[in-house]
Amino acid sequence: MSTREDRLAYLEAESKKRIIVLDGAMGTMIQRYKLEEEDYRGERFADWKQDVKGNNDLLSITKPDVIKEIHREYLEAGADILGTNTFSSTTIAQADYAMEDLAYEMNVESARIAREVADEMTAKTPDRPRLVAGAMGPTNRTCSISPDVNDPGYRNVSFDELRIAYKSAAQGLLEGGSDILIVETIFDTLNAKAALFAIEELFDEQGWRVPIMISGTLTDASGRTLSGQTAEAFWNSIRHVNPFSVGLNCALGADLMRPHIAALSSVADVRVSTYPNAGLPNEMGGYDETPEEMGEALKEWAQSGLINVVGGCCGTTPAHIKVIADSVKGITPRQVPELDVKMRLSGLEPFNVAS
Amino acid sequence: MTTQQATFINIGERTNVAGSAKFKRLIAEEQYDEALSVALQQVENGANVIDINMDDAMLDSEKAMVRFLNLIAAEPDIARVPVMIDSSKWSVIEAGLQCVQGKAIVNSISLKEGKEQFVEQAKKIKRYGAAVVVMAFDEKGQADTKERKVEICKRSYDVLVNEVGFPPEDIIFDPNIFAVATGIEEHNNYAVDFIEATRIIREQCPHCHISGGLSNVSFSFRGNNPVREAMHSVFLYYAVQAGMDMGIVNPAQLEVYDEIPKELRERVEDVILNRRDDATDRLLEIADEYKSKGGSKAATIDLSWREKPVAERLSFALVKGIDQFITEDTEEARQQFDQPIEVIEGPLMDGMNVVGDLFGAGKMFLPQVVKSARVMKKAVAYLMPFIEEGKEAGSESAGKVLMATVKGDVHDIGKNIVGVVLQCNNFEVIDLGVMVPTQDILQAANDHKVDIIGLSGLITPSLEEMVNVAKEMKRLNMDIPLLVGGATTSKVHTAVKIDPNYQHPTIHVLDASRAVGVCSNLLSPVKRAQYEADIAQEYKKVREARAKKQKTGNKISIEEARAARQPIDWQTFKVVKPAFLGTKTFDDYPLEELVDRIDWTPFFRTWELAGNYPKILQDEVVGETARNLFDDAQAMLKQIIAEKWLTAKAVIGFWPANATEDDSIRLFKDEDRREDLAAFHMVRQQIPKAEGRYDNCLADYIAPSGEDYMGGFAVTAGHGIDVKLAEFEAEHDDYRSILLKALADRLAEAFAEHMHERVRKEFWGYAADENLDNDALIKEQYQGIRPAPGYPACPEHSEKVTLFDILNAPAEAGIELTEGFAMTPTAAVSGFYFAHPEAKYFGVGRVEKDQAEDYARRKGISLSEAETLLSPVLGYDPE
Repeated sequence: MSTREDRLAYLEAESKKRIIVLDGAMGTMIQRYKLEEEDYRGERFADWKQDVKGNNDLLSITKPDVIKEIHREYLEAGADILGTNTFSSTTIAQADYAMEDLAYEMNVESARIAREVADEMTAKTPDRPRLVAGAMGPTNRTCSISPDVNDPGYRNVSFDELRIAYKSAAQGLLEGGSDILIVETIFDTLNAKAALFAIEELFDEQGWRVPIMISGTLTDASGRTLSGQTAEAFWNSIRHVNPFSVGLNCALGADLMRPHIAALSSVADVRVSTYPNAGLPNEMGGYDETPEEMGEALKEWAQSGLINVVGGCCGTTPAHIKVIADSVKGITPRQVPELDVKMRLSGLEPFNVAS
Repeated sequence: MTTQQATFINIGERTNVAGSAKFKRLIAEEQYDEALSVALQQVENGANVIDINMDDAMLDSEKAMVRFLNLIAAEPDIARVPVMIDSSKWSVIEAGLQCVQGKAIVNSISLKEGKEQFVEQAKKIKRYGAAVVVMAFDEKGQADTKERKVEICKRSYDVLVNEVGFPPEDIIFDPNIFAVATGIEEHNNYAVDFIEATRIIREQCPHCHISGGLSNVSFSFRGNNPVREAMHSVFLYYAVQAGMDMGIVNPAQLEVYDEIPKELRERVEDVILNRRDDATDRLLEIADEYKSKGGSKAATIDLSWREKPVAERLSFALVKGIDQFITEDTEEARQQFDQPIEVIEGPLMDGMNVVGDLFGAGKMFLPQVVKSARVMKKAVAYLMPFIEEGKEAGSESAGKVLMATVKGDVHDIGKNIVGVVLQCNNFEVIDLGVMVPTQDILQAANDHKVDIIGLSGLITPSLEEMVNVAKEMKRLNMDIPLLVGGATTSKVHTAVKIDPNYQHPTIHVLDASRAVGVCSNLLSPVKRAQYEADIAQEYKKVREARAKKQKTGNKISIEEARAARQPIDWQTFKVVKPAFLGTKTFDDYPLEELVDRIDWTPFFRTWELAGNYPKILQDEVVGETARNLFDDAQAMLKQIIAEKWLTAKAVIGFWPANATEDDSIRLFKDEDRREDLAAFHMVRQQIPKAEGRYDNCLADYIAPSGEDYMGGFAVTAGHGIDVKLAEFEAEHDDYRSILLKALADRLAEAFAEHMHERVRKEFWGYAADENLDNDALIKEQYQGIRPAPGYPACPEHSEKVTLFDILNAPAEAGIELTEGFAMTPTAAVSGFYFAHPEAKYFGVGRVEKDQAEDYARRKGISLSEAETLLSPVLGYDPE
């Protein structure tokens, strides 16, 4: 069986040769199983004090076979990296279900089952190891936006609360066997900074580190995060952790995301990742973009030298990932640029000072 | 947005309690709104970064820092720049770092308390992702001489880069600026020490930056600002050359180096550069002379273009939109040519071609183009009598375009703008005005032998009217292209509903900037065939995509949608009874109370300038145009108010109300609720929704039984506008005409907003203690809504008839409805008031046949009538 070092060495080398493929949506796939309250509860939580339907991360504990099957489909479709089923596995996000105390276990279990499926696939194709990225979502609170319209200075979560929650999540994800940590769907850069602070703190304490992937979300075509930053300002805010990659996911379909990926691609001196939604939600809340449409769009990005890592977010399926993987096959990945040395500050907008 | 780059970075210093007594007072008294305006002012005055310092013995510095940074985060115009978190207390710095999403600068750390603490703090700063200012301070004290400054900075640099792994480009040294000319001899070389140390540190510490607090250097001349400003600018002049690239500076306190009087500059230089022993005395000698001087130069208008030949002057006046000299210049040009027409065909058209090219290339913007057109029209108007006299034929135009706002609609700002732009590009425009019946449009097209017909409309019933025009054109075997434009028109609607009714090109024009391209293509013998084929192909695709979507779209029945309504607990809801029932009229409402409520962003959108106010004023591309337009708008607003160009009127009303099971709202004559006054028929969303989401309908916000109320309103700011518009027309002034219409629209919207606030606080009074600023108001962060019939939550315009009836709006506010349910005066807003806290705006989206049938039943009309009224939101094609 391959070790984490082997796999990461492979990724490092391989990412210079080709575009690396991530998996697609978990939620969209789970919906297909039409699971009911009792499925989510399983035996263990049969008497839980409140409804848990919709707590997808819990399924890693109560319905691990469903999650494994989805992981397997994505690997068969051609993904190199599996994202763990842990979008909401922080003590903060799980408070909605009164499951704060289970957050750590969710991280460990989700990483463990993703590891199991990835290893099973690696065993079949030893020259192409599959990796696991421990996913850290945005939580349901924002550290730089007030939830109270009458008091813009108010916050319902602090940096320290986020830091503690994220640190525990990262620890669980690594314990379960993640090769990489991915801080994703970032609406509020301050939340992400708390996550990155926690990760760095953990690395420092344990004495070893893994690559970090970072993926922000621009909430509309204005090209700003929910907390108001442009793509470059966002990059300036988080580049101090020297991530494996930076990119954008969710909220937009490929067409609306392209200019912002192009902007990021020109300023990021690390790999650029992207995993758009399958278009914008239609009036039914579903996603319409077909695998072929997405594949065609992402192929053009790849040919234009914009991206190094590609995958799918909301509404994408193994069929999408298959077409995407095939579309970018054989295309040279974006060359990571070397930038002039500058102090790169930011507020909502970037401010760069030449040295 | 392009990246900001800079060579010298201004750090705003006014948000510092140590440096500003005013800011300190504002923080101590917790007047945060005003404190924020200090920060905003800094950014507006050009600060690249704002320094925030709360170090004061009387303040809880940590708390004040957190509070202020959190408040800044909610102010995009301030938060766009990075912050400098300035404190001598580490706990304050760390608390600050936990509040900023951007990459900030910490000010400052140093080796003062030893290396261990320095390393620990630097590591944390790196982990928070901030840059750092390092003071030239060590265990032995603050560096004063050049040697000490260099020594401490170099040592700090080595520790940071080699031991902490701190990025060298994120290190900013502050080698201490001290006061000179203090009378103490040892101080005389302080400025020189700083400047020389700066040069060496930049050499020895690659990529680092140098900063300093500038005002220290002139400390001994406090009270004498002209001298202080001169000292600052001389100091900076030399320090920047040596490598200082940042500074804590008040940009308002900086004289331009070259503009310092020669004598003063020389003596200041002697002091800063320590060039002679008596330098201080010599500066003191003349210092008082300058104390009271100062003052800025008056702005002068550059008239040098008046020296040029007349053809160039005409072109310049057209491009710049200056009409001041146009008559005399046109006359001068006329005398130079044999025929007056040659002035138009020659210099004037040349100038307009420049305008057209610049506009096409995105280098000029709509307001400028409209101003240019005004100049052109005035010149042409001056020449017309001479041309008539010579009885010549008109010049060859690029083509004839007929334009009209369709029957039932009165909106024409967009149409007028398109007309102006087309005229600028040498098209002849025949404008039939507003509310033009189909027959008149087609008759005029025939009479004038036009090449193209352009239809405009803003309200949804106009869409149906445009379909009628298309059908008529087909019936009459016409073959000229039909263009449609206006706020509710769309490519999809044009392709699906209009185009199939006319066998010749039917094209949707998105905005004025596209109009020229579309018309040129259609009239070009070379491009026309290909262009038409492309459009036909494109529209075919749009139709196919829509047909596919309709087939696959999930539908639910109206019963299912009603079952998915938002549950509202009426048992616990506390109904507030309005202060009065029935209606209340406001005659001649003071306009000045509405000005603050104006939402300027849509005003700029009218002029096709994209961006949010006030940011748009600083926009790199359109900022200058936006500022000029805004100045013109402000000047006109003043006139509107002072000279009473417009009169505002309103009527509002409240009635006892209950919702029916089938989505209507019954209004009663009185509290007995036995006798019906009227009924509003609402439309419900019919969309399969996820759990926890609802199929909304406005009727859901009214209690089905028991006590509840509903309100309605109609406001206008458009009375009297026609008098002024006629005046502008006589002066060939499209610019002011469009400006006035746009402002009247804004005032009407502001009036609706202002009235809604009074309703919430006073007349209905359900939110008597509401306290929101203008921004929060524009963002609609209040309780209750005021949806307007014809807009997404209640898309059916004819409900306005009922509303106007019970408000008696024609008599009370002088607002009439056209047959297409548009309001006149056009600067008017009407709608409903709902008070329930759950009430929110939504879009109805697609209405299916079962709901249309039900709607027809409720309203007592035929299905086909209902389908016509609902056509913009129908989810199916009626038979």
